[in-house]
Amino acid sequence: MSSSSDLAPQAEATAAALSAPAADPGSARDGFSFARYRELSLIPVLLVMCVIGFIVSPAFLTSANLLGVAQQATELSLLVLAEALILISGRMDLSLESTIGVAPVIAVWLVLPEHGGRFQGLGLLPGWTAIPLCLLVGALIGAFNGFLILKLRLNGFIVTLGGLTMLRGLQIAVSRGQSIVELPSSFTYLGRSSWLGAPASIWICALLFLVGGLAMAWLRHGRALYAIGGNTEAARTAGIRVDRAVWTVLVIGGVLAAFAGILYTGHYGSISADQGSGWIFQVFAATVIGGVSLNGGRGTLFGALTGVLTLQLVVNVMTLAGVPPLWNQFLNGAIIILALIISRFAAGEQQE
Amino acid sequence: MPDPQPDPRPDPRPDPRPDPGPDHPTDPGTDPAAPVVEATGISKRYGATVALHQARITVRPGESHALVGRNGAGKSTLVSILTGLQRPDSGSLQFHGAPAPAVGDTDAWRARVACVYQHSTILPDLSVTENLFLNRQSPTALRAIRWKELRRRAAELLTEYGVDIDSSRRARELTVEQRQFVEIARALSFGARFIVLDEPTAKLDARGIDRLFGKLRELQQRGVAFLFISHHLAEVFELCTTVTVYRDARHILTTQVAGLSPDALVEAMTGEQAAPAATAPAASAAARTAAGGPAAGGTGRGAELLRVTGLGVPGAFHDITLSLHAGEVLGLAGGAASGNVRLGETLAGLHRARSGTVEVAGRPVRGGDVPAALAAGIGLVPEDRRAQGLVLQRSVAENATLTVSDQLGPYGTVLPSRTRAFAQRMVKDLDIKTPRSDTPVSALSGGNQQKVVVARALATDPQVLVAIRPTNGVDVKSKEFLLARIGRVADRGRAALVVSDELDDLRGCDRVVAMFHGEVVAEFGPDWTDEQLVAAMEGMTVADRNGRPTENRNERENDDVQQQ
Repeated sequence: MSSSSDLAPQAEATAAALSAPAADPGSARDGFSFARYRELSLIPVLLVMCVIGFIVSPAFLTSANLLGVAQQATELSLLVLAEALILISGRMDLSLESTIGVAPVIAVWLVLPEHGGRFQGLGLLPGWTAIPLCLLVGALIGAFNGFLILKLRLNGFIVTLGGLTMLRGLQIAVSRGQSIVELPSSFTYLGRSSWLGAPASIWICALLFLVGGLAMAWLRHGRALYAIGGNTEAARTAGIRVDRAVWTVLVIGGVLAAFAGILYTGHYGSISADQGSGWIFQVFAATVIGGVSLNGGRGTLFGALTGVLTLQLVVNVMTLAGVPPLWNQFLNGAIIILALIISRFAAGEQQE
Repeated sequence: MPDPQPDPRPDPRPDPRPDPGPDHPTDPGTDPAAPVVEATGISKRYGATVALHQARITVRPGESHALVGRNGAGKSTLVSILTGLQRPDSGSLQFHGAPAPAVGDTDAWRARVACVYQHSTILPDLSVTENLFLNRQSPTALRAIRWKELRRRAAELLTEYGVDIDSSRRARELTVEQRQFVEIARALSFGARFIVLDEPTAKLDARGIDRLFGKLRELQQRGVAFLFISHHLAEVFELCTTVTVYRDARHILTTQVAGLSPDALVEAMTGEQAAPAATAPAASAAARTAAGGPAAGGTGRGAELLRVTGLGVPGAFHDITLSLHAGEVLGLAGGAASGNVRLGETLAGLHRARSGTVEVAGRPVRGGDVPAALAAGIGLVPEDRRAQGLVLQRSVAENATLTVSDQLGPYGTVLPSRTRAFAQRMVKDLDIKTPRSDTPVSALSGGNQQKVVVARALATDPQVLVAIRPTNGVDVKSKEFLLARIGRVADRGRAALVVSDELDDLRGCDRVVAMFHGEVVAEFGPDWTDEQLVAAMEGMTVADRNGRPTENRNERENDDVQQQ
């Protein structure tokens, strides 16, 4: 499901590249198997949403609307990409929703001048370093989580739950609970500019999903994540360096969340104090209805992407249909449950 | 005998009486002389798969009845039908001459048949007491649990069945067979006089098995009937009076064990002549010995491939020195606490040794590092295929190539075509029965799953193959095949180390080293007797470093079923 007509061919190619080998590295020739297309189970849902959208409002099938939906989906979809990688490896990271806020704040804090603006930074580094700094902060958060989970052997769920709260608190402390509006122009560039008629963030997201999907399907390190998530011990006895791989995935997850923060900041022109707050539920919902197993070892990035798009389209169609926004949260929850039911029967397997 | 109750009502028996006793069977059925269970014409299909076709079985009161068959013969399906977990598509099932209760009426089923599964159903963090009375700690839901009373009843129950365990202990602290005793006591406390034992010995060492069998005989004296399922035919001959054989979802044979020849039993299970099954690995060892120069005692045939010097892991084994030459299969025998499994895993890099060195073909191997061990040429068939060997939900192809994902494409890529080709070669090489190479491993039978694990180990073409209990829980045919395949590793100028407590696994070895409590206690050439090796594994002999040639080699023909 793509966001606009000019993106459609590319997205289809992405879909094909992501889904076919990911589902089936072993054998493509000996017959049809329904389970192989599990991650496509949301495609009919997306099509139905489009039809409904088309019926309820002529504004739905316009490139402006679809591009808007797609851009709104980009930040969430990067978190979903990160969470999907982590879940496939058999871990969880709840702190992603705080990383999306705290990483930009710290980066900006380090580069903004001490005097002049409403927000007083440290002015330690030049403005162009804001993006690398932000990504670095994301990586450090992922590495710290990895240290706690893999070296100290703490429970990942609780550790990252603690991380979620702690990092949100850090953001509020550093930003003094204010939104930060004066930002280096390099920092907001990616979130606000358009390339070839579509927001840059859409291109970047599509590219990251494509790269991620290809890596998961065709690179041995990608395949190793499935083995680790499926059975850590078996992966270890097969010579896979489990801890190193999981640590890498957690760092990548942190970097992706920080990058989502950059896009979000550019998109809205400021870093709000509650940026990303409460997103983790949406992230998990999108990942799981997209067919990624909470127990690890199963699912594809393409499936996760369809999960995000489904959630975003539902909200969009409801808005266009004139459903009061007060109902959004209810409908979001309802669609998650509905999508789970559909994918449960489409896949014919139980979800634990 | 009690009054035959004309009332076949399902008896929920919420207040379990510890011992119905042999003289007071509280059979819920009608006729105490009737078979405890009689199933006839049972058929069950799962989609296109016929799991049981017109199968039957009859177990009489106080009988110890064995059910044997290869993987996929329908044993598990029969167990789930006999215990009320599944409804047969057709056929009749009677307990004590009365029709079986409805599927789902758990209490009624429990009063008729007890089942001890291969996988423990004991909750390790609860006390023995609570395990015994799980979900019936108090008579009604809103009545508070009277713990003192419950502990007293638990103690009574355990005493009744002669289980000497403090009921206040946590189940976690018990040994495996003690947990099984608790399971048996719990199962019987519902009033059943018939127990299904599904591979109860799979996780026990020799002494544990002895104690379990002792307990079972005791119960049998008191009128309890058994249906005993095992892959170890020797156990069938030791424990059971009657045996039923299933093959390909059908009933093949029911006969008295006494007077049955082991060969005939294997033949009934496999549908083929049995003799080669037992002798093939031994014969191949003999062939290799004949072809390869210096015979028994077996030092220095080919080049030295593996040298272990003074290796020790605290709490497992210490100061182990071994040497393994090209073309050689070395057996590493030992019971549960001997440290042989840990030694095998340490060689493969799963544990870091505190002292000593491992060298492959003269080059030292970094310890505690699986990739390093793999790169050095040590392949591992791990002990527990479900826990360590397989990613169950992933495909056969992926599992078989897990160790060689670096060889499936350039620049770290994994190309589907190469994966498929590689997997198909392994499927063919190991005769893995799978519909497709992308079928999830979880869909295969136990024997074929084990073959995938062996395929994974062989995929790297290791210099030294370490196979830990390579035939754990697989049927006779697969066992024979896997052992022959491991022998072939040596035939090709590599070496294999078979770590096991199964005599059948060790028969094909050129040399066998026996371990006890973390030390090597004896070494044998290819001509050991069962008694010698078992004695060594039990720590009953002093070190005998020279292989002891024995005369009774022909006795091994029947080893599959001989008493150990």
